[in-house]
Amino acid sequence: MQRAALILALTALAGCGGGAVWGWHVVSPMTEQGVRNLEFLIGGLWNTVALSLTAMALSTALGLLVALPAFSERRALRAVNRVYVETVRSVPILVMILWVYYGLPVVAGVAINVFWAGVLALALSDSAFQAEIFRAGVQAVPKGQSEAAQAIALGRVDRFRYVVLPQALRRILPALGNQFVYVLKMSSLVSVIGMQELTRRANELVVTEYRPLEIYTILVLEYLALVLLVSWGVRRLERAMAAGQ
Amino acid sequence: MTETVISLRGVAKTFGAFRALDGVDLDVARGEKLVVCGPSGSGKSTLIRCVNGLERHDEGEIEVEGRRLEPGTLDAVRAEVGMVFQQFNLFPHLTVLRNLTLGPMRVRRLSRADAEARARAMLEKVRIPEQAAKYPGQLSGGQQQRVAIARALCMQPRVMLFDEPTSALDPEMIKEVLDVMTDLAAEGMTMIVVTHEMGFARRVADRVAFMDAGRIVEMAPPAEFFAAPRTERCRAFLANILGH
Ligand SMILES: Nc1ncnc2c1ncn2[C@@H]1O[C@H](COP(=O)(O)OP(=O)(O)OP(=O)(O)O)[C@@H](O)[C@H]1O
Ligand SMILES: [Mg+2]
Repeated sequence: MQRAALILALTALAGCGGGAVWGWHVVSPMTEQGVRNLEFLIGGLWNTVALSLTAMALSTALGLLVALPAFSERRALRAVNRVYVETVRSVPILVMILWVYYGLPVVAGVAINVFWAGVLALALSDSAFQAEIFRAGVQAVPKGQSEAAQAIALGRVDRFRYVVLPQALRRILPALGNQFVYVLKMSSLVSVIGMQELTRRANELVVTEYRPLEIYTILVLEYLALVLLVSWGVRRLERAMAAGQ
Repeated sequence: MTETVISLRGVAKTFGAFRALDGVDLDVARGEKLVVCGPSGSGKSTLIRCVNGLERHDEGEIEVEGRRLEPGTLDAVRAEVGMVFQQFNLFPHLTVLRNLTLGPMRVRRLSRADAEARARAMLEKVRIPEQAAKYPGQLSGGQQQRVAIARALCMQPRVMLFDEPTSALDPEMIKEVLDVMTDLAAEGMTMIVVTHEMGFARRVADRVAFMDAGRIVEMAPPAEFFAAPRTERCRAFLANILGH
């Protein structure tokens, strides 16, 4: 799929300056206008990356926190986990973004800027999925592991921290990688509240240049590059964590 | 007068409606080696898992080193009781050395240097000092089980529990594990060993217990136990397991 898209894009680019249908000059590094536009487009990169990274870090922490009560022997605590997961994941991300940006300030009585509204909305949405991933990961660690930890008298917290969690993390790393890619892509939705990230910039440029095909193709390539980078990073991390075992 | 290390009085454990332990009375003296055998499902594992609180007994009392086993004393009791599992249960994400130092550092609050010194001494004792830097997955079954024994010993327990420690091993590796256990017995460790290795029982045990349907049906020194089993069930079991 990704390769096909790349080939398609490259063939399109090869036609640069050619037929009347194409208007690659608007994003061509050969023309002054193209360079200006490319710079404008790529200028959204930092915001997309910062938004995604922050949201991912927050949602991972939140996801783990929300997963914890799922392991409790107490029914009420397990219910807290279920209610959170079911509620939060039933809200569409776009709706979450709108709600956090326009609704939360009214409820909480604090102004919230676009960046943090985006981070919060993405992190909240994603945390429900993260919680499920953590729960499944922890439950997949064989019971004998926690029993062996009990047998050497490790307390509850130490058992989780030193024995169960590290093994769960190794198992869920591919799923966490997926989730990161997902957050990265969903960050494009934050454009609707005016966040100057990749998608917003592309939209703004399309309005002035009237060249949606060319500009959105560049946008596709930008996300492709980011996602490939993430995949590569996750695979490296997997290999590093699997070393020796 | 011998000192009692483990004492069980009327211990029962039910899973749903099923009584896995059905009133067990047992005293184990300091330095004693008790071998427990019996058919599958007779409650052998449940018995020793109750002794270190991996299963919570529903009735009766368990005392270890004079301390009653209850939620508040669990960790204190476990620190004195080492356990070796059939499936080794080593921590696969930690090196052999870290498997051994985790308990001493987190529970006994030893410094890393002290914990490592102790770990290396224990690896020496189980005859695999050269494996310290490896991960469990890189070792043979016999080596893994010896690491598991060393991990338990690093906590300097007063009692060692073994749940079929050689059942998951290839025949050629059984001996290396039994040898280590025999050494340990010779040093005076108090041991409860669930096993069907009757040769080991003859050589090492002070008493052999036969369990059936959640009860200790027979218990006697090995010579007597093997020569003259009193119950029909025990005779049948021994005939079956000794292959005649
Ligand atoms: N967690 C559990 N839930 C339900 N039943 C259990 C559980 N643990 C053990 N049992 C049942 O209790 C009985 C005794 O089990 P236990 O493991 O103590 O037997 P065992 O003598 O060790 O057998 P084996 O030789 O097969 O290991 C079995 O019938 C088993 O099915
Ligand atoms: Mg068993």
